[in-house]
Amino acid sequence: MFGLFRRRKTKDDLKQRLKLVLSYDRARLSPGKMEQLKRELLAVVQKYFPSEGEDLNVRFEQHADRMVLIADLPRQQPR
Amino acid sequence: MNAKAIVVTSGKGGVGKTTATANVGAALAKQGERVCVIDTDVGLRNLDVVMGLEGRVVFDLIDVFEGRCKLRQALIRDKRVETLYLLAASQTKDKSALSESRMQDTVRALLDGENFDRVLVDSPAGIEAGFRTAAAAVQGALVVVNPEVSSVRDADRIIGLLEAREITEVRLIINRLRPSMVKRGDMLEVDDVLEILGVKLIGIVPEDERVLVSTNVGSPLALDDGGPRTTAGSAFRDIARRIGGEDVAYPDLDTSKGVLAGLRRLFGGR
Repeated sequence: MFGLFRRRKTKDDLKQRLKLVLSYDRARLSPGKMEQLKRELLAVVQKYFPSEGEDLNVRFEQHADRMVLIADLPRQQPR
Repeated sequence: MNAKAIVVTSGKGGVGKTTATANVGAALAKQGERVCVIDTDVGLRNLDVVMGLEGRVVFDLIDVFEGRCKLRQALIRDKRVETLYLLAASQTKDKSALSESRMQDTVRALLDGENFDRVLVDSPAGIEAGFRTAAAAVQGALVVVNPEVSSVRDADRIIGLLEAREITEVRLIINRLRPSMVKRGDMLEVDDVLEILGVKLIGIVPEDERVLVSTNVGSPLALDDGGPRTTAGSAFRDIARRIGGEDVAYPDLDTSKGVLAGLRRLFGGR
């Protein structure tokens, strides 16, 4: 019952923020540059798939001891 | 740890590097090693006062670097533990007097010529010349981190720089942990910090008022034997034993009745 009203643990926020900021730090890339990379990638994708690309998601992920740059583009189902 | 020369570093200032150097150095010496601690914070030296040896500094590290004295003349023997020595930083010079190659010569002379078992190098805050000099002659590192945002971020940067220097034995000291805050979910747990930083743990030091009291009188806490295992002094002694190769279990730091789940899960079984 009391669990319903328990506030969010602040350390969980901190952990998420640290993971994000460290992924940029480790890649030596600022969040602004990341936005730029995303825009340029989108421009290239749209050259080949003119109607797509709005859902492009670009991010870093930690895979074991490697940092991986993920560009994730869900394709529209071709009919 | 296999490394005979070990840097104590953190990136961020004020997280407890100097206190950790004094206490781990004293505990290592007390368990029988011949230990030299070196302060490389030129211009802002403090290891001398934390150890209570400030009145006996005649020559310093820069005097050794610049040939104004013999290495042995600059070594200050501790008052309490006779296998513990301090090589103080210069308070009047600035960091331009530092030299990576002279540091390498000095550490080699301490290990080979003066027969020290272990050299602990207290690094200044930052990632510039002071850090580079402190890291120039070591094979291992103790990274001191507080469980808070700036310290963890800076520790990550330092760990990257140590790895780039091919310093292979990098170990983490989590300092100033507050079990009550961890329990409330308002402070990172030990396994959170380990997951984020990805290096091996060598010690968990709880926040402890006695640390400040001991620095007031210039006597490292780790030299006061006894007391419960939940004190900072006991945590520093455990770190020294782990450096010496012993497998020391981590005590449950939660002094209240509850269960500090993270710590328990990780370390309770050993």
